[in-house]
Amino acid sequence: MRTDRIAMPSGGVGGVRAAEAGSAEPARARNRTAERAGARTLRDGASAPTRGPIVVLRNISKRFGGNYALKGVDLELEKGEVHCLCGANGCGKSTLAKIISGTYRPDRGAVIVIGGREHPYLTPRESRDCGVQVIYQDLALFPNLSVYENIAFECNLGSLRPYRESRLRALAREALDAMKFDLDPDEPVENLTIARRQQVAICRALAADAKLVIMDEPTASLPRVEVNNLLAAVRYLKLRGITVVFVNHRLDEVLEVSDRVTVMVDGVKIGTFPASGMDKERLTGLIAGRRIDAGKRTKAAAAGETALEVRGLTRAGQFHDVSFALREGEVLGICGLLGSGRTELALSLFGMTRPDSGEMRIRGRAVRFRNQRDAIKAGVGYLSEDRLALGLIQPQSVKDNMVLTVMDRLKTFAGLISPAKRDRTVAEWVERLDIKAANVDDAVSVLSGGNQQKVALAKWILTDPKILILDSPTAGVDVGAKDGVHRLIRRLAERKIAVAVISDEVSEVYRNCDRILHFRRGTIAGEYSPDRVSERELAGMIENG
Amino acid sequence: MARAGRRRRDRVAVYLALVMLAIAAFFSLATTTFFTLRNFLNLVESYSVTGIFTMGLLVVLVAGGIDISFLATASVAQYLAVVVSRSLGLDDSFILGVLPALAAGAFIGLVNGALIHYLAVVSIIVTISTQSVMFGGLMYSSGGRSIYNLPGWMYQFSGTLFSVTVGGQRHPIGAAPLVMAVAAVLTFALLAHTTTGRQLYAMGGNPEAARRLGIRLGALHLFAYGYLGLMAAIGGITQALRVEEVVPNALVGREFDVLAAAILGGASFAGGRGGVAGAILGVFLIGLLKNGLNLFGVSSYFSDVIIGPVIVIALCATHLGKRKETDVGFA
Repeated sequence: MRTDRIAMPSGGVGGVRAAEAGSAEPARARNRTAERAGARTLRDGASAPTRGPIVVLRNISKRFGGNYALKGVDLELEKGEVHCLCGANGCGKSTLAKIISGTYRPDRGAVIVIGGREHPYLTPRESRDCGVQVIYQDLALFPNLSVYENIAFECNLGSLRPYRESRLRALAREALDAMKFDLDPDEPVENLTIARRQQVAICRALAADAKLVIMDEPTASLPRVEVNNLLAAVRYLKLRGITVVFVNHRLDEVLEVSDRVTVMVDGVKIGTFPASGMDKERLTGLIAGRRIDAGKRTKAAAAGETALEVRGLTRAGQFHDVSFALREGEVLGICGLLGSGRTELALSLFGMTRPDSGEMRIRGRAVRFRNQRDAIKAGVGYLSEDRLALGLIQPQSVKDNMVLTVMDRLKTFAGLISPAKRDRTVAEWVERLDIKAANVDDAVSVLSGGNQQKVALAKWILTDPKILILDSPTAGVDVGAKDGVHRLIRRLAERKIAVAVISDEVSEVYRNCDRILHFRRGTIAGEYSPDRVSERELAGMIENG
Repeated sequence: MARAGRRRRDRVAVYLALVMLAIAAFFSLATTTFFTLRNFLNLVESYSVTGIFTMGLLVVLVAGGIDISFLATASVAQYLAVVVSRSLGLDDSFILGVLPALAAGAFIGLVNGALIHYLAVVSIIVTISTQSVMFGGLMYSSGGRSIYNLPGWMYQFSGTLFSVTVGGQRHPIGAAPLVMAVAAVLTFALLAHTTTGRQLYAMGGNPEAARRLGIRLGALHLFAYGYLGLMAAIGGITQALRVEEVVPNALVGREFDVLAAAILGGASFAGGRGGVAGAILGVFLIGLLKNGLNLFGVSSYFSDVIIGPVIVIALCATHLGKRKETDVGFA
């Protein structure tokens, strides 16, 4: 019985849709029909996924400020296919997905064909009515409500109508059975793991009668085992004739279920390729090939004395036996996949966590940090990877954020902060780093990603660090502004600061670092010099874990 | 499986009921006057008005907001009921007499909701300021004087409505417990059995997700604060019926009793939590304690000293089990 349903893409919500194909009834009404029709619909109404595009995008461009996030992109999504939108951070893949979901409006000249009609852009409402469902990274679930209510919440829209629990339960049950998820419908969502919450979100899309499901970085927060469960779920969606779009940073995880792969670099579509001929090497080649032409390596300055030396540093479960040296004026790349322990290492170097064993020496003197204040005193600065939540105090002004770390130096003889000194310092660094802010009294949150990052960097430069650890310094920074951050990194090195750049973007470390440590499973797997390996070789080694 | 879910949902209520039983058992053994029908009815009567307010506040808490102004609203409604009835000569009509007061209550709530939603000001700030405006205005226009001479329609429903005789003893019952029962049933139906109620929980749980689903947050805000305003007016009138006087400054200042009851009953400042059963139990847990301590001979001032820690302990115990496994800070 169960296997029948898997083999024939007919059961549950899909079956109902097939029975009422072409009807313009809103999803809610259809759901009601689903309940009335009951078990019958689970067996009747088979519909093989017929071919033909479900969405056609033509000439999609999107500019933010002066920078193109997307440039003349064309894309067709076939009915029932699994399509992977792939590329590095800031390549425009998320922007493209947001244009399909109606969150962003493309620039003039764009054409979106969906539901048999041409649109210059979509509103979120139009997009939803056409059966587009987005599963955001944050999943947008209601943590306080039960699994079944989350899945079928669409039945609760409309005001002051009776809440029909049995209908919601039936719809949720149907979606859960269709996906073969083993979830307790009564469990509050907040008690579930991330992977299980994702299952709830998938069921919700199914219950809302999705024709196209866009998943934004669905594997980013999942352990490996759970990724396989997710892929199984995607296969079920595909069997039902539902198109699935992965917006994914990395290809390897989703390649096995994908039909086609669209590769994006810097807002431009490189091409759409059948997944069968695609592998990690070819993808990194495609991205890197494009990149090497586009970008040059920054020049190294002469490195000085050893600033930081780490020997056998170990913290249980995070990293083990890490040894390396970092010299003044050097830019060291620490490259590794998310979860390889690179950020955890940085937190220990910055005194936020304590290593279990091993030693750290700064300019030859052994140090042991109790907290980050010790680290700052010793001349270590750490730019957090999570600029939004941890790096900057978003609602506060550019000015206040910048001087946060150096309040002591701005004091007058009476021990109070001198506004004049503060304003001079801020003005100086806004100019030196070319921070584009209308007003330094504006909240940091109104700045672009690149400018926010410069404010965060200024904050650390002001502390006059000897060693600066930059964790994913260009994550979420748009393409045009990345170069600015990269040049800034090099200028820091010229000022005899020892810089460590942590990144999962091979091209970033390749082009901007003098030496690259490959971090894997909590330890250093290799050390490379960009003079001796090609970007493609390096990418192959790192991306393959 | 369905049964398991219901158990989980009402765990707070069950837990509170057990605590109340324990407290009741203690006072029953420790005093001779506690475990009597008279004392029980007296307790219900005294805390019914608090219960009515709690029902309104619960809806706002579920929606993810907070309101400080509702007792000022109640006082204004009481006062208006008397003054409007007097000046328009509506001495006998209950409906016409009570209507302006209820309308005023709901209107004040709607104003709160509109300010909170459209100006995007934090609800506690908005309601502190409306509380101040209303209470100040009331004290100014009434001159702080109490009204002992109520319109005729109020006397129709004040004092004892009927009485039950048990074992030869007459026990009078007033309007307050009945009004509270109606308010509780109404609020329960709203929160647990209407789409609007479920949307309130959704908005309280994750407003951004609610917005993305197309739920109209503005309408929900207006509804929640309007509902509280209405409940506040009903509570205010009921209080006037109970004590047969309107004292402009009798209610304001007791907001935190109501808040404590709702929070004890499982509601949360974070929104999206709580239910009618828990909130009612919360009201009567506090009532039980105050009543018992009073019979025990503890000064009413000192009983507040005891109740504070009890609330904290009860809250900690209830929430200990489900303290969140911390979300991953550094992914």
